[in-house]
Order: sequence, then C-alpha cells, then structure tokens
Amino acid sequence: MTMAFTRLRLAAIAGAFALAATGAQAETVLHRGNGAEPETLDHHKSTGVTEANIIYDLQEGLLVFSPNGEPAPGAAESWDISDDGKVYTFHLRADAKWSNGDDVTAEDFVYSLRRAVDPATASDYAPILGPILNAEDIIAGKMPTDQLGAEAVDAKTLKVTLKASTPYFLGLMVHHISWPVHKATVEKFGADWTKPGNMVSDGPYMLAEWVPQSKIVLKKNPYFHDAANVKIDTVIYYPTEDIGEEFKRFRAGELDMTYSVPTDQVKWAEKNMPNEYRNSPYFGTYYYVINLTREPLASNVNLRKALALAIDRDLLVNKITQGGEQPAYEWVPPGVPGYEQQPVDFASMTQKERNELAKKLYAEAGYSADNPLKVQVLHNTSERHRKIAIAIASMWKKTLGVDMTLTNQEWKVYLDSRDKKDFQIARAAWIGDYMDASNFLDLFVSTAGERNDAGYNNPKFDELLNAASLNPDPAARQKQLEEAERIFLTDLPIIPIYHYRNLNMISTKVKGWVPNVMGFNLTRYLSLE
Amino acid sequence: MFQYAIRRLFGTLPTLLLIIALAFFMMRLAPGGPFDKERKVTAEVEANLMAAYHLDEPLPMQFVRYLGNILRGDFGPSFQYKDFTVTELIWGGFPTSLKIGGMAILLAAMIGLTLGTLAALKQNSAIDYAVMALAMTGITIPNFVVAPVLTLVFGLWLSWLPVGGWGSWSQVILPTVALGLPQIAAIARLTRGSMIEVLRSNYVRTARAKGLPEHIAITRHAMRAAMVPVVSYMGPAVAGIITGSVIIEQIFSIPGIGRYFVQAALNRDYTLVMGVTIFYGLLIILFNLAVDLMYGLLDPRVRYD
Repeated sequence: MTMAFTRLRLAAIAGAFALAATGAQAETVLHRGNGAEPETLDHHKSTGVTEANIIYDLQEGLLVFSPNGEPAPGAAESWDISDDGKVYTFHLRADAKWSNGDDVTAEDFVYSLRRAVDPATASDYAPILGPILNAEDIIAGKMPTDQLGAEAVDAKTLKVTLKASTPYFLGLMVHHISWPVHKATVEKFGADWTKPGNMVSDGPYMLAEWVPQSKIVLKKNPYFHDAANVKIDTVIYYPTEDIGEEFKRFRAGELDMTYSVPTDQVKWAEKNMPNEYRNSPYFGTYYYVINLTREPLASNVNLRKALALAIDRDLLVNKITQGGEQPAYEWVPPGVPGYEQQPVDFASMTQKERNELAKKLYAEAGYSADNPLKVQVLHNTSERHRKIAIAIASMWKKTLGVDMTLTNQEWKVYLDSRDKKDFQIARAAWIGDYMDASNFLDLFVSTAGERNDAGYNNPKFDELLNAASLNPDPAARQKQLEEAERIFLTDLPIIPIYHYRNLNMISTKVKGWVPNVMGFNLTRYLSLE
Repeated sequence: MFQYAIRRLFGTLPTLLLIIALAFFMMRLAPGGPFDKERKVTAEVEANLMAAYHLDEPLPMQFVRYLGNILRGDFGPSFQYKDFTVTELIWGGFPTSLKIGGMAILLAAMIGLTLGTLAALKQNSAIDYAVMALAMTGITIPNFVVAPVLTLVFGLWLSWLPVGGWGSWSQVILPTVALGLPQIAAIARLTRGSMIEVLRSNYVRTARAKGLPEHIAITRHAMRAAMVPVVSYMGPAVAGIITGSVIIEQIFSIPGIGRYFVQAALNRDYTLVMGVTIFYGLLIILFNLAVDLMYGLLDPRVRYD
C-alpha cells in the first residue's frame, strides 16, 4: 500500500513537472500596433517608419540599433578604419546566417549595396549611400553598379571605400538601405520575394504571415546568431490607421505596445495609466517653411524674424499640442553626439520681450493696424495642424495685427504645392534618418532642388556644408556644421516651432523597452513577463 | 428570362467601358502622383520609377495598354502597396467585406422586414411610432459615431467583445451591427410604407374575406408584392455594403476592400483605384440585373420577352 502510494505520488509529481515544462515552452507572443499598412518590406525600397519597424526585426545589417538607439555591431563583429578615414574593413561574424541556413557573406553585402544604388531599383533612400565611392554617379545612371566602392575581400571580409572621410558613416550602416538581401531569393522570385514563404531574412525573425490591413506575423529565426537571447517567439504587427481605436485596443488588452497616443488622451493616460504611458524625445522638428521667392517675406529678414518672435511656443506645447513637445529655437534637434545646439538669439528672452521686439521689427518694416501684413499658411488636412495654425494665427493677430488665411490641402496636393513653391508659408516637419546634423542642414543647400522648398540660397552656407562633407577631422567638421546652422537661423528661411516627442503606450508586461531618440525599439531586446 | 438576362449583360459592356474610361482619365486630373513623397527623389530615380510603371507614356497609349492588360486579367501592381498586385488585394479583401456585409444585410433584412411589417399592421399605434422613431435614429446617426460608441460600451466598459481586429467569431459581431443598423432602419421604413399600400389592395381583402389565417395572408400574399420597393432599394445597397465601409473597416481594423476606395484615391494609386472602380461597377450592374429578375419572381404581372 505504501509502495503503491509512493509510486502514485512520484507519478503525480512527474506529471506536474511535465505540465510545467510544456507551460514553460508555451509560445510568447507580442502584439504591437504599427500605424499604416507597410508599402513594401523590400528594405531597399521602403521609406516609412511602419515599414522600418518590421524590417529591423526581420533583417540585420553590418550594424544595428542598440536598445537606446546607438549603433551597435550586427552582422559585422568588428571593423578597421584606415588612417585617412576613407576605407572601412568590416569583419563579418562567422555564425551570421540567413533563415534558410545559408551563411551571410561579404558578397551578399556587395550585391545588396549595388542593388540599393542601382537606378533600376529606383530606391528613394539610395542617396544616403552617397558617401560611398561612385555611389552618386551610379544613382544618376552615369556609371555601372560594379564601380561602387564595395568589395568582398573574402567570404567574411567586406571592404568599403568612401569618397571622403565620413565620421557618421557607421551610423549610416544602421539604416536599412545598406542592409543585405538574399541574392538567390531576389533573383528567383523578383517582386514576390517579400511574400511569406519566399522571403529569406538574416535577422532575429522570419516572415510567417502577411494579411494586408490586418496583421503581419513574424516568427523567431532559428538560424539567427543571437537566437538564444531572443526571448519573444512570435511578434504580430497590427496596422492601425485610427490611433483612437489603437488606444482602445491597448486598453482592452488586445495590444501590448502602441505606435502612438492620441493627443486628446495624453492627459488621461498620464493620470490613469502612468506606468504604461511613455513620452521620450524624438529626432524631428516641426516648423513653418517660408517661400523665399515671394514678397514681402522674401527680402525682409526682420519681418520673418518678427513672425518667429511672436509665436509663444510654451503656450503652444502646453495648451495646444499637449504632448510634452519641446519648444524649438534651433533647426537640428537635440541628441546628435558631438554637436552643440545653436539656438537663435531670442531663445533666452521672455515671451514679453520677444513680443516687444516683434512689434518693433514689424513697425520698422512698414506695417501697422491700418496696413496689416497678409500671410497665407498652407498645411495638409489634419486636425492637429489646423489647431496649431489657428493658435499661431491668433498670436500673430494679437501681437502684431497680421491677417492670416489658412489653406488646407489633401496630402498629395499639399506636397505638389510645396514642390511647385505654390505657397507663402507652409507647415512642414523633418524626422532625421540618422544621427547627424547634416541630415537636417542638407535639405536647404541651394542645389537641393525640390527638397529646398524655401528656395534658400546662401553661398556661405553651401560652402560650409561642402567643406564639412570633405573634412576628415570630426571635431572641426562639427564646428563647420554648427556655423552653417547659425548662418541658416540668422537668415530664418524657416520658423522652428517644436521638437517632436515619441508617445507610446507600453504594457507593464513588456520588459527591456528603453526610450531612444530614433524611435526604433527592436523586438529582439524585449521580453514578456 | 434567360435570354433577357444574357441580352442585358451584353448591353452593359458599353457602360462598363465608359466607367473605365471616365475613371482612368479623371484620376489623372488630380494634382500629385503616386510617387510624391515628402522625401524628394532625385530626377533620375523619379524617371526610373515612372518608366517602370509606364507612367511616362502618353495617356491614350497608357489607356490602351491598360485595357489590353485587363482583358488578360492583369490589373497591374498596386503603386502604393508595392508587394501586392491589385488582384491579390481585391481577392484577398473581398471575402472579408462580403462576410461582414452579407451578414449585415441578412440581419438588416430579417429585422427590418419584421419591424416594418409589424408597424404596417399596427399602423398609427404605439408600436408603429416606436419602430419609426427607432428607424429615424438609425438612419440619422452616422456610423462613425455608432461604431466607436459600440467599441467603448461593449469592448472597454463591459469587456464582452473585442475592440477590433479580425480572425475570430467574436470580432464579427460589433462591425456587423454597426454596418447593419442604418440598413435595418431604411428597410423597416420601406417595408412599412409599401406594406400599408399592399394591405389596402383588393386581393389581400379577398384573401382575408375568404377566411385565410392572418399570417398566411401576410406572408404568402401581401409580402411578395410589398417586397418590390424593398428589393429595388436593396440591389444597389447590397453592392455598396458588400464592398465594405471605409469607416467600419478603419475603426475595427478589418482587412476588407472598403478602405481601398478612399485610400487608393488619396494615395493616387492609379491601378488600385481602377481595380476597385471596375469591381464595384460590375457588382452594381450584376445586382441591378438580379433585382430586375426578382421582379419577375415577385410580381406575376411582370413579363420579360
């Protein structure tokens, strides 16, 4: 009786352990909200943040984002930089593999970099690879792709030759435009290579399922070199066009992370879900761009300054946008390593002082209550931009007496108007692609074409940017960029308004989420408890 | 009747061609193109993009090329969702829209017909006024108000049903209700109006005089004739509902084709706009034909030669 009872107890304990073991092996699934439906998962063609979130989970490049957004070794475990800063030799990990078991080789990177700059790929982001030797000529169709300064020394050694020393080059290698594609897959399936079942990826996850407008399911890549540290087995991305509904789904427990937070829910979230609400700096600036080919703003810098002075940015971010945004008195947002911010001179004044100076400059320009300045502000259709514009209109009216008309246009029409310079002042925003000031300043070089919708043309500014791009000394280069920004802000072709913030709801179950200024939180660093 | 149907179908081909031509050329009138982004591409890249999609050819040539392609069943790649063809997007999304729309119409028909008949039988009574008041509310309150309220009440406060998403049966309920409510209202009103008229007619009076039970008189005799205006309404209504509602799909995150009607135009996704326009046009034509054929079944006085 005792023997049988003991055997029974042992069996029961064994059974309990077996159950616990299966419980421990139950799949961990993370549900992430992700803004609009991705345009494509081909990382040489994609341009948006929603695509990048998924791509940074599927693929891996020479370098990757660390949890706090800094460049970290990825497929490349180490690298050597030549003394003149023009040659980078990357040593790839021996255990870097594709999701079908193939090794990741230097040849993969050569093929992929050539594909990215190939005019036939028609990649929007290819110009970012401009620092690589001959890249710009290849993109322009003037040279064949095999002239690109990228060479496979052997299977695991990649040599990249640059046009000139580029201190931020490693930061560029974190951007997915430089990441590899699996040659055999792309050549076999062509445009269909991104479909689940066809796609071969070298990152922490593989593409398991893609239902357009519903969900994208990623499953852990067993061949990933760091698979042991990837805690989450499956991550499901949900495209959510309506951020109000995304917020409700989070509250209902259907999502573990959201893409954004509706501004009218920020106060509620801060009060009722403080452990889930996250607000962190984001590398972007919201601004008004002024068309420098239209009078009277074109030739009168003091008039532009009067408009810039009369905006009460603190009031705007506290009462109107309410998302914890940071008022902007400079163009390049904070966070660029080694770069000192260049706020305008009126940043340190009180708003009262700014308003006084604004009135003075406005009167000097010849405007008054009987002869008010008439301005037109263009924005794309959105409640948020409308609210901000109306607030600014009332500030300009009250302080100066300016007559503002608001024009709102649907997105594509708005872009077209900006391209054609068919506006006087337009609302705009720029989110940085990589952590360097040049990414912001290059927009306004006089040869930038449509990108420079202000029509800004200052030879000294152009000269400084050009010199900076060729300067091998990183510290001296930063000084040149800082001086360029000072000149830029003295001319005021734009009025900086605020620096962006990243707003997210993150469930308390999710561990390992760290705010980073680029806004990319890779699933491989997260875990669920 | 079969010959009538075939003749009708052939007669619709010029209409379809006109729809295609109008949509094609009108779309190009809007400023902005499919590849316009805030991040500007270089002139060379833009030239390559346009060439790859044949957008650099003269318009009439593009139109002829497009007609040739659709005759072979090739509706082209989507300009916005570059990893999918238009056919994949429409065939992928339509079953979902059909499911929700079909159930919404079924629900609407069953409830609407019942309520409308009840109101007609008890004309000018409390029940009649209640049904009509309900109908009026259902028609006037827009679905972008109803849908979020439903998710708030049933999803968040009561936690009975999921707030959004697609895949399980519980996720079908709220969108179906939100989509069906205005239809219940419309069908109830139409049924009531037409039923009141039919109840006055001679053959119904005869049926009652003969001693037939009331429910037989209503369902077998009055209903068929009363349905004629309802069926006329439902023809295009069904086509509209099963192609999905932009708002419902956006609010509930449902992968239907409704959103493509609006999103594709806003994105200047020319091929997708053409694809859904042609698809919708075809459905309307088919459903109108079905409605006309139904008249023959419902009303013995209708003859087709």
